[in-house]
Amino acid sequence: MTEFTPFASLAGGAMIGLSAVLLMLWEGRIAGISGIAGRLLPPYRDDAFPSRLGFIIGLVAAPFAVTLMSGGAIVQTVSSNVALMTIAGLLVGFGSVWGNGCTSGHGVCGLSRLSTRSLVATAVFMATAFATVFLVRHVIGG
Amino acid sequence: MSFLVNLALGLLFGVGLVVSGMADPAKVLNFLDLFGTWDPSLAFVMGGAVIVAFTGYRLVLRRQKPIVGSRFQLPARTDIDARVIAGPAIFGIGWGLGGFCPGPALTALGLGAAGTLAFVPAMLLGMWAARLLGDTLQPRAA
Repeated sequence: MTEFTPFASLAGGAMIGLSAVLLMLWEGRIAGISGIAGRLLPPYRDDAFPSRLGFIIGLVAAPFAVTLMSGGAIVQTVSSNVALMTIAGLLVGFGSVWGNGCTSGHGVCGLSRLSTRSLVATAVFMATAFATVFLVRHVIGG
Repeated sequence: MSFLVNLALGLLFGVGLVVSGMADPAKVLNFLDLFGTWDPSLAFVMGGAVIVAFTGYRLVLRRQKPIVGSRFQLPARTDIDARVIAGPAIFGIGWGLGGFCPGPALTALGLGAAGTLAFVPAMLLGMWAARLLGDTLQPRAA
């Protein structure tokens, strides 16, 4: 079980949305993490590398900022099955770039732009994610 | 300058991920477990993010151009091709297995869990493979 946290989740979501809006205001780009992270590696086709690197460093630094502000440790439960997490990482990385977006690019930014392509993409990854958890927890695991 | 602005925006995005609970794979997997220990919190993350981004994009896109850069770089494609189905389908399976999508995985990197340390390099490898494969099949399209 994890605790239902509607207010913290809404507030955190609003911060994610604000970051996306400010990135559009600043340099006119979509805050899609798979697009930003995927283009950190070569080949380079534009001059936005410093921007992308900055954004990713900010993401990585975030839990330390939260710990400094709140003083508390961050609660997190990650599977320690290294083989499973490696396969999951490969699928997430390949699939998000192949489909031109992930939860942020298609989910947050795309839905906010009322993009049909992003709506389809979001529906598809939600469906396969629900199905995967159902299979793992209730068919294989149950 | 763009490096520093992006660092601040990445930090805001990442703090949002931590505060909202999205950076905890246990919470993500419980959200995806409709028929088990369902935790609806993440619907509030998406809700909060989309409300802010939908409203903010409308205000920002009234401008002629962003603060730096000559134009807003909005995805122009509207077609539903095989990649925008297959990519999200693969991504969703990985998300359901590991509980991480790209943003939260990077945010969790510094917390140093074994599963995260396996997931992130595999994810970056998968992203890179998708870009190279895309370039091979369809030069200069990505």
